[in-house]
Order: sequence, then C-alpha cells, then structure tokens
Amino acid sequence: MSWVTKTLSSTLGRKLIMALTGLFLILFLTGHVSGNLLLFKGDGGQAFNIYAKFMTTNPAVKILSYLTYISVIGHVIYAILLGRKNKSARPIGYAESGASTNSTMASRNMGILGTIILIFLVVHLQSFWYQMHWGDLPFVTYDGEEYKDLFSIVTFAFQNELMVAGYVIAMIFLGFHLSHGFASAFQTLGLNHKKYTPAIATLGKLYAVIVPILFALMPLYIYFTS
Amino acid sequence: MKLTLKVWRQKNNADKGGFVSYPLDGISTDMSFLEMLDVLNEELTEKGEDPVHFDHDCREGICGMCSLYINGKPHGPQQTTTCQLHMRSFKDGDTITIEPWRAAAFPVVKDLVVDRASFDRIIQAGGYVSVNTGGVPDANEIPIPKTIADEAFDAATCIGCGACVAACKNASAMLFTSAKISQLAMLPQGQVERKERAEKMIAQMDAEGFGACTNTGACSAECPKGISLTNIARMNREYFSAVLSSENV
Ligand code: SF4
Ligand code: FES
Repeated sequence: MSWVTKTLSSTLGRKLIMALTGLFLILFLTGHVSGNLLLFKGDGGQAFNIYAKFMTTNPAVKILSYLTYISVIGHVIYAILLGRKNKSARPIGYAESGASTNSTMASRNMGILGTIILIFLVVHLQSFWYQMHWGDLPFVTYDGEEYKDLFSIVTFAFQNELMVAGYVIAMIFLGFHLSHGFASAFQTLGLNHKKYTPAIATLGKLYAVIVPILFALMPLYIYFTS
Repeated sequence: MKLTLKVWRQKNNADKGGFVSYPLDGISTDMSFLEMLDVLNEELTEKGEDPVHFDHDCREGICGMCSLYINGKPHGPQQTTTCQLHMRSFKDGDTITIEPWRAAAFPVVKDLVVDRASFDRIIQAGGYVSVNTGGVPDANEIPIPKTIADEAFDAATCIGCGACVAACKNASAMLFTSAKISQLAMLPQGQVERKERAEKMIAQMDAEGFGACTNTGACSAECPKGISLTNIARMNREYFSAVLSSENV
C-alpha cells in the first residue's frame, strides 16, 4: 500500500474525508439556499428559471456540481466504513447508558440523521433535479429566449401538503446534522484554536438554524401563496 | 445505607457472563465506592462464594488502575476516578449497576477486570523520547514558555484509565492517544521522534481495534483528569502533517 492509500484507510484519514466532503457540502448548501431565495421574488418564477438554466448549463457550475456529487457519495461511503469500524469496536454494549449527560443527541446520532437526509435527497433529486435534466418540462420564453419552466414544477409539487410537510421535517433533521457537523469538521481537520474555535462553534449553530429555516420557508411560502 | 448491586459476573474471557444482584446493608456514606465493594467481597468470601474481581491500585486517583462503568457512566456519577468516588453520591435504597469497560480492545479478563494492554502497546509504538546518556543535565536548561509547559503538563495528567474509551459511543481511544502524543509533541525534548510518533501511535491505535472519533465530547466530559478535546485536534494536525512530510513512504 502506498502512503496515500494507507493514510486514507486509517481512521484519521477516513475522518479527513468526512470532514472535507462535509465542508464542501456546507458550501454547496450555502450556494443552493442563496440561489433558491429567488423563489421568494414573486415574479412568476422568471428569475428562478433563468437561474436554473444557468446552473445546469454553465461549465464552471458543472465542475462544482460534479464535485458535489462526489462529495455526497464520498460522505456516504466513508460514513458507512467508519460506522462499521465503530460498531466492531464495541461488540458488546452496556446495559445502562448515561450518554445524554455527556454529549448532545445530534452528535450521537449523526448516522441516523444522515440516513434520513439521504432518503430525502433521493426524493428531492427525483422531484426536481432529474426533471430539470431529463424530465418533460414545459417551456417559457423571456426576451425571446426559451427556458425550461422548473418554477411550475416546483409550485405544483408544493401544492401537496404531504410534500410540504416532508420537506419541513427533513430540514429539521438537516439542522440537527449541521448543528454538530459544522464545528466537528473543523475539529477533525485539527483547526482548533482558542481565538477561532468559539467563533466557529457559534457560526455552526447559527448556520444550522438559519439555512434549514430558509429552505423550509420555500415550500411553505409556495403552499400558502399559490 | 441499604443498596442493591447489579454486578456483571463473568468467569473468564470465554464465559458469556451476566448480571447478578446482591443486596448490601450497613454502607456508610463516607466509604469510597471501592470500600463498598470490599464490604460486598468480605460477605461473599465468608459465604464461600467467589468475590467480585475489580481493578484498583493506588486508591487515590493517580494510577489509573480502577475502572467500572457505574449506572451508565465510567467512574460513576462524578467526574473522578472510581476510587475517589464516595457513597454520598448515592441514595439509600439505590440500585447500582456495575459493568466492565466495553470495548473490543479491552477484553474482559474476569468480572469487572478488563485487559488494557492495548494502551501499553500504543505507548510502546511511539510514546517515548530519546535522551542523552552521560551526566545529569541542569534543570531548566532548555527554556520552555510557561503556557506550553502548562499545556503539555495538562495532557500529561492522563492516567491511562480508559474511561474515555468506555464513554465513547465508538469505543475510540483518541482522547488517550492524543494526550500521549500532545504531552511530547509540545516540548523540545519530543521533537526528535515527533513525526514518527504520530504515525506509529495512530497506526497502533487502529490496529488495536478502537473506533473512530465523532467529536461527541463524551470522553472529555467523563475523563477524571478533564483532558481536553483540543488534544484530539492537535493529534489530527500532528498526524496529517506527519504523513505529508515524513520520510516514511
Ligand atoms: S484521557 Fe482521561 S479518561 Fe482517557 S485514559 Fe486518560 S485520564 Fe483516562
Ligand atoms: S486506584 Fe489508582 S486511580 Fe483509582
């Protein structure tokens, strides 16, 4: 084994991959939430549709989206690898657990939270991402240029209470996942310092509240306004 | 006070083991937890039964030999060693569940005694420094900033008890290993083997079958010496920079 593969298969190497892919996905979420704020614009979806076209055709965005796919897959695979190692590190469990007194619920259940988010992601991709790329979408024309009307698909999807409820609940899980994951990634990378760690912890908590709330407001807004 | 003890009994490593309940009376709140177990063992011995085996040595919180997972927490409800835990932390009529440390790398020897030699092997892999032979060096010959000396000393207070592993949901030994790497990496005397130490101790930690760290912080919260999570971040830095720059291809 070369030193690279040896490092990446060590527990710390695997955790490094979890942290890097996790942080990249946080960057992705930041971009995703900012762009989708266009849904609140109330212009019948024009800005949103133009943005959606840009996001699926621009070559630089393409590279970023491939990095995002790789990050999702890597994050999941390494979570499974680490999870299996962690399971085998304690074959016989305790009869009694006082874990709630020494750690947060989210930090102890990152795997479960992540699994729920993954299931949500599959449904979410099928509903919009797949439709945008390969689905049969109606077209709209702005200033003589044709655009796929993704906005109509989004507004249609969020007429359904179940869909809206599912999205809002998924965002709660995402919030908990981020509430631990954000600062944890920095700790894993060894980026811990008296001066910065408290700020990172606060930023992580804020991020974990603000971003999921913004996301959750989108289906709610559409449901109650159209 | 009157207590009911639910104690894990296991003849040897091959035995399946299980809980046995023992009623216990006349326990003083001034007794230490281990003295309370001594009372139980005296009674068992008088009845001709096998006493409950548990580890201990100094009984003053400095050797790291005592263990015990008490009511769902390593070293019991206080952030101290089991030998320094007193019965005043419990109430009359309590049922106390006592289990051994649970980790693949800490196999049960008998009852509540586990084999923590995996920690020794991590130390042997790199937890040492080279020193010159010859005359005794002057004290304070090498200047070390007070803050660094203090931080290294804090890491060095780890007594190797294994409560961090016991508390961790992944049975990870990262708090222990990071304390042992940190106490040397921060000091001038530890520079010679610095990279090699990080690589070898972490490889050994993995080979022993300890889990990975999820940064839950349970280890530090339960550590009788309050070893800080900053040591784990430091260990990660040590490791990543070692693998990137060491001669070890
Ligand atoms: S880090 Fe704390 S809990 Fe872990 S072995 Fe050292 S003293 Fe015990
Ligand atoms: S017996 Fe030595 S620390 Fe508890």
